[in-house]
Amino acid sequence: MTPLLAVRNISKSYGSIIGCADVSFDLYPGEVMGVVGESGSGKSTLLSCLAGHLEADAGEVIFDTRVDGPKDTLKMSEPERRMLGRTDWAFVHQSARDGLRMGVSAGGNVGERLMAVGARHYGDIRAKAIDWLGRVEISETRVDDRPTTFSGGMQQRLQIARNLVTGPRLVFMDEPTGGLDVSVQARLLDLLRGLVRDMNLSAIIVTHDLAVVRLLADRLMVMKDGHVVETGLTDQVLDDPQHAYTQLLVSSVLQV
Amino acid sequence: MMMGQNRPMIEISGLRKSFLLHNQGAARIDVLDDAQLSVAPGECVALTGASGAGKSTLMRMIYGNYLAAGGRIMVGEVDVASAEPREILALRRNTLGYVSQFLRVVPRVPTVDVVAEPLLRVGEEEATARDAAKEILAKVNLPERLWSLSPTTFSGGEQQRVNVARGFIHPYPAMLLDEPTASLDGTNREVVLGLIRAAKARGAAIVGIFHDEDARDQVCDREIDVTEFVPQRGAA
Repeated sequence: MTPLLAVRNISKSYGSIIGCADVSFDLYPGEVMGVVGESGSGKSTLLSCLAGHLEADAGEVIFDTRVDGPKDTLKMSEPERRMLGRTDWAFVHQSARDGLRMGVSAGGNVGERLMAVGARHYGDIRAKAIDWLGRVEISETRVDDRPTTFSGGMQQRLQIARNLVTGPRLVFMDEPTGGLDVSVQARLLDLLRGLVRDMNLSAIIVTHDLAVVRLLADRLMVMKDGHVVETGLTDQVLDDPQHAYTQLLVSSVLQV
Repeated sequence: MMMGQNRPMIEISGLRKSFLLHNQGAARIDVLDDAQLSVAPGECVALTGASGAGKSTLMRMIYGNYLAAGGRIMVGEVDVASAEPREILALRRNTLGYVSQFLRVVPRVPTVDVVAEPLLRVGEEEATARDAAKEILAKVNLPERLWSLSPTTFSGGEQQRVNVARGFIHPYPAMLLDEPTASLDGTNREVVLGLIRAAKARGAAIVGIFHDEDARDQVCDREIDVTEFVPQRGAA
C-alpha cells in the first residue's frame, strides 16, 4: 500500500533555535496520528511545515495525489499547493477564528469552500451546507447566523464542517479541542471519531492532551526539543513508554 | 482435545520483557524470560500464577499494548512483537478481541454505540451494528433503560458486562479475556461462561485470566503457570 503522506527529514530552524529536526514518518489512508509534546517541543512548527504554512529548511512532504500519484508538496507551485489545500487537505485550527470567516454566515462559511472547488448552483450549495451543519449538530435554523453569535464549541464544529465539506483525504488539526469546556470536548471527540471512521480520513493531530490522543489517535509521535523521541501505537506508547521523556510525560498527568 | 493437527492461532516463543524506569533511578525490572505459549483454534488456555507473576503483562503483550524486548508473538499471520502499528490495528479490528478489566470510552457516548463500535470499524451498517449491540446487551442482562446512557457512571458489574458485550459482538478468531467474570453475580457469570463456550465452539482461540477457579475449570482446556517464565535472578 502507498502511504497517503510520506514525510522525509523535515527540519526547520529559527536562526540558531531548532523548531523541528529531521522528522520522518509514513501516514496511511484511514490512519490518525497524534503528535504530543510540551510547549516548545516543535509539534506546531512541524504541523505548519507539513501543511505548507511555514517553509521547511529541508526535507520532503510527499502526498499521494489523486491524479499524479506521490508528489513532493514542498516543490509544488503555489497555485498547485493552494488547490490541494482547498480539496484533499484540510486544516482545523485551535482557534476557530483562524479557520472561519467571522463576518460571513455559517452557511456561507461552509459554502465558500464548495465554491472554491467550482460549485456554482446556489440551491445545491445551500443544501449541502445545511447537510453538513446537521452532521456537526448545528441546527438548520442557524444557517444564516454569523459565527460571532456561536459558542466556542459550535464555532469549532462549524470549522470542522467547513473543512470536511469538500471531502478531503488528509486533515491537519492543531489542538482541535483546546480551549473548550470538557463537556464540549467529549462531544467533539465523538464527532471527530465518527467522521474519521465514516470518511476513512487520515489525520495528524497536534495536542498536549494525552487523553485526547488516547481516544482519537491510532499512532503517537512524541516530540521534545524539536526531535522525535518515540513513536508507536498510541496505547502502547502511553501504557509502556520507552523513552525517559515519555515516561515523565505520562507519569505527570493529573488523575481525576 | 479437539483439532489436533490445526495450526495454532496464537503462538508465542522466546518472549522477553523488562521495564526500564528512567525516572526512578533507571531501575530495571525483568518480568518475562523465554515465555512460550501455543493456543489452537477452539481452545481456551488459562494463565495462572501469583499476583505480579506477569499474567496481565503477557496478555497485554499479545495485544500489542506492551512492547516485547525479544521473541515472537504470532497471532494468525502477524508477529505482534515486530509488526507496524497499522498491522496491529488491523489485527485488533478483525482478528484479535480483548475484554479488559477497564472501560475506556469517549465520555457521554451511549452504551449501545460503545458496544456497536467494533462492528462499525469492520464496515458494518449502522442499523445492523446497533441491532447486534442491543441483542448482546440483552443477553448479558444489562437493563434496557441503561442502553442510551454513557457507561462511565455504571457500577463495576455493569461496566464489566459492557466490556464483555463489546468484546463478544464481533466473532474474533482470537480473544484475550482479563477476568471476564470478576465482578459479576451468579446469573451473569453463567451468561459470560456461555459466551466463552460459544466462542470456542465457533473456533476462537482464547487466552484468559480467571481468579474464579470454578469458572476457569468450566471453560479452560489447559493452564499455563506464568511463574515459569519469571527470569531467574542471576548471580549478582
